[in-house]
Amino acid sequence: MYNFEINRPSTIADAVKALASDEAQALGGGQTLIPTLKQRLASPETLVSLTGIDEMKGICVDDDGRLCVGGATIHADVAADGRYPALSAMASHIGDPAVRNRGTIGGSIANNDPAACYPAAVLASNATVVTNTREIDADDYFQGMFTTALEEGEIVTEVKFPVPEVANYQKFVQPASRFALVGVFVAKFSDGVRVAVTGASEDGVFRWTDAEAALSDNFSADALEGLSVSADGMMSDLHGSAAYRAHLVKVMTGRAVTPAA
Amino acid sequence: MPKDGGIGASSKRREDLRFLTGRGKYTDDINLQNQTHAYFVRSDVAHGTINSIDTSAAEAMPGVLRVFTAKDFEAVGGIPCGWQITDRHGEVMQEPKHPVLAEGKVRHVGDPIAVVVAETQAQARDAGEALDIDITELPAVIDMRDALKDGATKVHDDLTSNLCYDWGFVEENRDAVDEAIKGAHHVTTLELTNNRLVANPMEPRVAVGDYDFSTDEHTLYTTSQNPHVIRLLMGAFVLGIPEHKLRVVAPDVGGGFGTKIFHYAEEAFCTFAAKEIGRPVKWTSSRSEAFMSDAHGRDHVTKIELALDKDGNFLALRTDTLANMGAYLSTFAPSVPTWLHGTLMAGNYKTPLIYVNVKAVFTNTVPVDAYRGAGRPEATFQLERVVDKAAREMGIDPVELRRKNFITEFPYATPVAVEYDTGDYHATMDKLLEMSDHAGFDTRAAESKKNGKLRGFGISHYIEACGIAPSNLVGQLGARAGLYESATVRVNATGSISVMTGSHSHGQGHETSFAQVVADMIGIDESQIDIVHGDTAKTPMGMGTYGSRSIAVGGSAMVKATEKIINKAKKIAAHLLEASDADIELKDGAFSVAGTDKSVAWGDVTLAAYVPHNYPLEDIEPGLEETAFYDPANFTYPSGGYGCEVEVDPETGKVTVLGFYAADDFGNIVNPMIVEGQVHGGLAQGIGQALLENCAYDAEGQILSGSYMDYAMPRADDLPMFNVDHSCITPCTHNPLGVKGCGEAGAIGSPPALVNAVIDALQRGGHDVTHIDMPLSPDRVWAAMNG
Ligand SMILES: Cc1cc2nc3c(=O)[nH]c(=O)nc-3n(C[C@H](O)[C@H](O)[C@H](O)COP(=O)(O)OP(=O)(O)OC[C@H]3O[C@@H](n4cnc5c(N)ncnc54)[C@H](O)[C@@H]3O)c2cc1C
Repeated sequence: MYNFEINRPSTIADAVKALASDEAQALGGGQTLIPTLKQRLASPETLVSLTGIDEMKGICVDDDGRLCVGGATIHADVAADGRYPALSAMASHIGDPAVRNRGTIGGSIANNDPAACYPAAVLASNATVVTNTREIDADDYFQGMFTTALEEGEIVTEVKFPVPEVANYQKFVQPASRFALVGVFVAKFSDGVRVAVTGASEDGVFRWTDAEAALSDNFSADALEGLSVSADGMMSDLHGSAAYRAHLVKVMTGRAVTPAA
Repeated sequence: MPKDGGIGASSKRREDLRFLTGRGKYTDDINLQNQTHAYFVRSDVAHGTINSIDTSAAEAMPGVLRVFTAKDFEAVGGIPCGWQITDRHGEVMQEPKHPVLAEGKVRHVGDPIAVVVAETQAQARDAGEALDIDITELPAVIDMRDALKDGATKVHDDLTSNLCYDWGFVEENRDAVDEAIKGAHHVTTLELTNNRLVANPMEPRVAVGDYDFSTDEHTLYTTSQNPHVIRLLMGAFVLGIPEHKLRVVAPDVGGGFGTKIFHYAEEAFCTFAAKEIGRPVKWTSSRSEAFMSDAHGRDHVTKIELALDKDGNFLALRTDTLANMGAYLSTFAPSVPTWLHGTLMAGNYKTPLIYVNVKAVFTNTVPVDAYRGAGRPEATFQLERVVDKAAREMGIDPVELRRKNFITEFPYATPVAVEYDTGDYHATMDKLLEMSDHAGFDTRAAESKKNGKLRGFGISHYIEACGIAPSNLVGQLGARAGLYESATVRVNATGSISVMTGSHSHGQGHETSFAQVVADMIGIDESQIDIVHGDTAKTPMGMGTYGSRSIAVGGSAMVKATEKIINKAKKIAAHLLEASDADIELKDGAFSVAGTDKSVAWGDVTLAAYVPHNYPLEDIEPGLEETAFYDPANFTYPSGGYGCEVEVDPETGKVTVLGFYAADDFGNIVNPMIVEGQVHGGLAQGIGQALLENCAYDAEGQILSGSYMDYAMPRADDLPMFNVDHSCITPCTHNPLGVKGCGEAGAIGSPPALVNAVIDALQRGGHDVTHIDMPLSPDRVWAAMNG
């Protein structure tokens, strides 16, 4: 780790000010950023910690019935919440207890790791990402692996999740990291089904629109019969070929529709 | 009846109090006054020519004391190899120089190029990054088959090729084996890879060098399994420091698994630099550094052929292996694929003809050496896999095929040079089938099928050679060391005892089980005995702990020394009791005259030895301290039946281990609880190898799984509850305790059982899959099913 300054603002406004400098970087739970610093792969001059900002923490339900999760809310709090059961279940399987009690939703979706779980939940739920300057639709927010719509210095302050009628997240873990080798989040709303896939694509989290159409007509695993995902553009590494990942997308989607009891 | 003390009792591990309460004292806990810190700058390419190293910028950085490169080590020897193999043509192996710091060339990712010593670790690292090193990258040889091709890039320019040796065993049998295979009713052939592993002890390696100008004494604190071996290798071959001026201390060590046997460059560096700088020098490996600098394990590519007659009797076995040495020869690397591997190819079977060929190969990878089991897992894996495959091909039940070929008469001289003293393979097989409810398998398989899963059961029946080793024998085989063990039993005036042993405990619980042995022999409480180990200044010259040798060899030395103590104490007691020493009996810590009620307590005798007022000074010396060296007459041969039950998810290829059963014959057992723990650990590592772990390289020689993000260590939820038994006992006939050793069995016996179980599951599910290379990760199993 190189030396850095640490700044601990208690309001979003102060954090935004502190992040205005070129060499400053936001620090959420540090579960991604701190290992990067330890490896000396990044050298920010100042870290602006967001975890002391009360207005960015906590979970509530807004007038539209959306579950609103503060950007600095830790995974453990989401896991314990339970008002959006599939989301809580997903959060409860991120990393280990130490990671869940440090890592934040804002950090996770700002980082947009192609194997992270939250991006699938946000995209499948058609959530709205709230920042210090604007509201961004999930469909516009994720722009490829490790890439988002966020501007330099922009902070994720909140994520608003419409709560689906039925939802489920199926994570097939990469055996070493236990991130998602393939993770599929299926969310059924009154006006249709959304299916978001993480871990698989070279372009990061994506919606499997063929499955969405089929499941919107007939919300059962049978509806997926005959569908397939192309291996083109799927990631391929030590833990799984592109073809294997493509295959898993379908298997995990089916299991998300009909989760084992 | 479980005992509550002595041999056979499950005494609680006394060392756990300090380990579990954070009071263990590991090498990294040692911080010497005025200490400096070393940072190793390592190659990030697998092969390259070092054109220049400009140290000036680094030297000018804050806190930097000195930058070392190869030229500082010109007057110093290379890192020695402790075993020389003679090949099938009578030639000795090719042995390249292994410099402390890279000379002219780098040969693997992680090869150390330069070291910065600075006031703090961070300053050393900052300066390390400021070094200007100009390297021209060269093509790397990674795959062993490529490395042996004509015209392949050479890892060492001064060697004739990348072939270290071409070993044949038993060479005289070569033609007879070929003939037997040619004419056989059936030949089963299997080609397989034994995957490269990284040992990953919980504690990374650490070295602290210190030098005392007033006495000219060097001290090295290091994470070692064998401090005396390090003292000898480093003192005599690298730095030229005589033993009386060099002390090596290996305090609490947090796991070794073989990778802490070897003498490493970092140890020599810290010892050397401490004198140069005039201050202590400390190096602590990071986990990332461990992946590229700790010796790796396994990495064999093998073709095995088993010839059978029409009834399934084994006729002959032939195996050809390429064994990866990596870029340099680590301390015991040449012995692992040869003498620790070829001699085990008979397994539990009376195969009359065996021929083993091993080609050891240099590649631009991290050196490979012994890892838990060392050679024996590689032998067991191929043998137990090929036997299983043969059973399927011939339509014989795998249990029956094994039983048909089991050795049943002991001693048994195998065609691969070793003689098994005892064993009862049918007994462990029976036990295994009972423990695992083999009879109920079909019902369970049907249940799995209902749930859309494929269930399978796999067996392996292993042999290993432990208690390493008869010195005269290993000397003939190329060892450059003896493999005896030592113990000094120092009885104090009031009767308490310090036992100084050359064995080293790094998780095995010696402090508990060794004390049990001595307590049992004398009949005093275990709490009266302390086991001292890990410091060349305190312990007699001993060879350390590996190869499941500590209780069999170190324990035997301790028994011999204790016997000497008892004999002398009996003489003292005879004097005190005014009787003849032939009539003295020792029981429950008291000496008595046979047939009388006259007795004297242990403490009175020990006191008399040190306060010899009433003492036969004309016959015996005062004091009560004895040393013994024990050199084993043979290896010991633990064996056992292992069974694994799995479920495969046909949609994803994921393997779930539902049950694991181990029926071991370890001979006599000193502490059943510790033995059980050793088996659990071994099983976790064996299942880890079979299911999860893989040190993979890309074609350029970069490690693809160089961190826990990609190197999958087994976790608790990857493993079932283990079911282990060691009630089948055929005591070792040639050591005083009748013990065989248990440290490696779990890692040796488990991989083939698991793979056999998965193949069984897939074949029951109608998939024509005969082999999958480890680790059986979901993608590999799925690919095999969808082949
Ligand atoms: C062992 C381990 C296992 C893990 N397993 C999983 C897993 O299974 N699934 C999974 O999804 N994740 C997993 N993670 C990642 C974990 O969820 C992290 O918490 C997450 O990726 C980053 O969140 P953080 O709050 O720690 O962010 P940090 O590490 O602090 O920051 C990450 C990045 O986001 C930026 N940032 C942080 N907060 C904000 C914000 N509010 N607005 C804008 N930018 C911000 C930072 O500047 C930085 O660039 C794992 C991590 C570890 C260490």
